Amino acid sequence: MAGSSRGGLIYWLTESRNGLGLIFMLPAAVFLLCLLTYPLGLGVWLGFTDARIGREGIFVGLENYIWLFNDSVFRLSVFNTIFYTVVASVLKFGLGLWLALILNEKLPLKNFFRAIVLLPWVVPTVLSALAFWWIFDSQFSIISWVLMKWGLISAPINFLGEPWNARWSVIAANVWRGIPFVAISLLAGLQTIPQSLNEAAALDGATAWQRFRRVTLPLLTPIIAVVMTFSVLFTFTDFQLIYVLTRGGPVNATHLMATLSFQRAIPGGQLGEGAAIAVAMIPFLLAAILFSFFGLQRRRWQQGGSD
Amino acid sequence: MAEVTIRDLRKSFGPVEVLHGVSIDIAEGEFVVLVGPSGCGKSTLLRMLAGLEHVTSGEIRIGDRVVNDLPPKERDIAMVFQNYALYPHLTVAENMAFSLTLKGAPKAEITSRVKPAAEILGLSNLLERYPRQLSGGQRQRVAMGRAIVRDPQVFLFDEPLSNLDAKLRVSMRAEIKNLHQRLKTTTVYVTHDQIEAMTMADKIVVMHDGRVEQIGAPLELYDQPANLFVAGFIGSPAMNMLTGRLADGGFVTGDGIALPVARPPAAAPGGPVVYGLRPESMHLGGEVPLRVEVVEPTGSETHVLGHIGATEIVGVFRERVRAAPGEEIRVRVDAEATHLFDAGSGARLSA
Repeated sequence: MAGSSRGGLIYWLTESRNGLGLIFMLPAAVFLLCLLTYPLGLGVWLGFTDARIGREGIFVGLENYIWLFNDSVFRLSVFNTIFYTVVASVLKFGLGLWLALILNEKLPLKNFFRAIVLLPWVVPTVLSALAFWWIFDSQFSIISWVLMKWGLISAPINFLGEPWNARWSVIAANVWRGIPFVAISLLAGLQTIPQSLNEAAALDGATAWQRFRRVTLPLLTPIIAVVMTFSVLFTFTDFQLIYVLTRGGPVNATHLMATLSFQRAIPGGQLGEGAAIAVAMIPFLLAAILFSFFGLQRRRWQQGGSD
Repeated sequence: MAEVTIRDLRKSFGPVEVLHGVSIDIAEGEFVVLVGPSGCGKSTLLRMLAGLEHVTSGEIRIGDRVVNDLPPKERDIAMVFQNYALYPHLTVAENMAFSLTLKGAPKAEITSRVKPAAEILGLSNLLERYPRQLSGGQRQRVAMGRAIVRDPQVFLFDEPLSNLDAKLRVSMRAEIKNLHQRLKTTTVYVTHDQIEAMTMADKIVVMHDGRVEQIGAPLELYDQPANLFVAGFIGSPAMNMLTGRLADGGFVTGDGIALPVARPPAAAPGGPVVYGLRPESMHLGGEVPLRVEVVEPTGSETHVLGHIGATEIVGVFRERVRAAPGEEIRVRVDAEATHLFDAGSGARLSA
C-alpha cells in the first residue's frame, strides 16, 4: 500500500501537468523566498523589536514608530526626502525630456552625443559623488572660484555647510546623475513615434509647439509614466550620494530616510529603530507605484485592436 | 482647386542626384498618377510638392504661387500617407477635425465639416472609435476624411492602397476615383502599380531613375508607348519584346521568324530593332508558330506561356486554348497593335 502510494506521488510529480509545474517552479520559489522575502520580512520584523547590534531584540509592538513620530530629526528627514524627490524628479523630467528632444533631431555625431549623455549614469555613484564633493568644497570649489573671478561674489560659497545650500547642492548632484536615465529612456520612446505623424501634423497646419503638445507628448505619456515611476523610486531611496557628500549634515538638513535609517541602525547600533525608519518608507513608495499604476495606466487609445 | 506646375525640378541627397530635372503640368481638377518602379523618385517628388523635402533646384507652383520655400502648412494641400499616419491617441472624429482644432475653429464649424465628410466615406458610426479599433480599409478612409475636411487646393496620395489586400484595393480604387469626380480637387497620386495608374488617372506620368519617361492619358501610354521602358511597364501581362531587324516591309526575328508590321518606319534603321507584341494582340489561327509550355485558363481568357523562336512569349487569348505542353500552335498577330523600338536608344520607331 505504502509503496504504491509513494509511486503514485512520484508519478504525479513527474507525469502530470500540475506536478511538473510545481517542480519547475521550485527553483524560482526558493530564490524568491531566500533572497527577497526573507530579508524584507526580517527588516519588517526588526522594526517591531528593540534589537541592537549584539543583542537579540524582543517584540515591542509599535513603540519604535511612536517614538519616531515624536522625533523631530525623523520628521525633518521625511520632509527632506519628499522635497529632494519632488524637486529632483521634476528637474530630471524637464531637463531629460528637453535633452531627449534635442538628441532625437538630426544632428551630426548623434551617436557620439548619445553615448556622452549616458556617461553620468555609467560612472559609479561614489565616484561622481566624490567629484561633486570637490566641486562643492567650501575652499576650493570651482564654482566659487569662477564666480569670484567674474566678480559676482566676494567669498567662497559654503555649499555643503548651510542647510538650504546643502539641500540644493545634493539635488543638483542627483539631477546630474539621474538625467541620462530619463533622457535615454524618453529618447527610445520618441523613436517609436512614426515620423509620418509629425509630417501629417505639419501638413495639417501645426506649429512646432503644437506638434509637440498635441502629437509627441500624448504619444509619449505611457513611457513617461514608466520612466518617472522608476526615477521617483530611485530618488526616494537614494543613499550613496548623500552619504558621500554630506552624511546627512549640516544639522541633519540633508538626511534622507534612507541615510537616517542606516545612521541609526549601523553606526548608532539601534537596529530596531533603523529598520522602522526603512519600513516607514514603504507607504510612500507604494503610493508612488499606485499613482503611476492607476493615474497613468494605459490610455483608452492604447487598448483593443491589434498592431 | 488649383493647377500645379513643376519646372525642371531637381533633388540631391548629398552628392547623389535622385531627380534629374522633372517638368510636369497638372491642370485644375486633374487626377494625375505618378507611376514607376521603386526608387524612381516618385515619392520624393510628392514629398517635395508637400513641402516635406527641400527643393534642390527648379520650381514648384501651386495656383499662382511659387511654393519652393513655403512650409507645408502654408501650401494648402492635404496628403494621405502610405501608413495613413492617423493620430493614435485621437478618435476618428478628432483625427478628421485635427486641422480645424489647430486653427481654433468653433465647435459648430468642426461638426458641420466633419459630418458630411464622414457621411461621404461611410464613417458616420465610427466617429468615436480610435484608429486601433479600425480595419485597414477604415483607417484608409479616415485618412482620406482628414484630407477632405481640409478642403485643400491639392490632394496628395502616397501609395495609399499598398497596405490593403487585393480585393479591398480594387474597391478603394473605385472609391477614390468616385470621390475625385465628386470633389473635383486637383489630385496627385503616387503608386508603383500600373493597374492603379491605368484605372484611376486622367493623366499618367511614368517615371524611371529620376526622369519622366512619358506623360499621357492611360490609353495613350498603352497604345503609343514612347520607349521600351514605358512599353514594358504599362500593361499586364507585360509586353513581349522580340529582337530582330526590319526586312521586306516586315519584321524578322533573330531566328528568322517573320512578323507583320502595320506601317514600317520611313527611315528604317539597318541595325537591330525591338518588336513589341502585346500578349492580348495575338489570336489563334495564323502563320506565327508558338511553342506552348504552360497553359493557364483564368475563365474569361487563357494565358499561354511559350516561345516564338528563342524568345519567351506570354499570350492572352480570348479563345480557349487546348494545347498540350510542347505542342506548337499557330497564332495570328494583330499588326495594328504592334510596336517597333530602336534597340540601341529604346525610342519608338513607328508612328
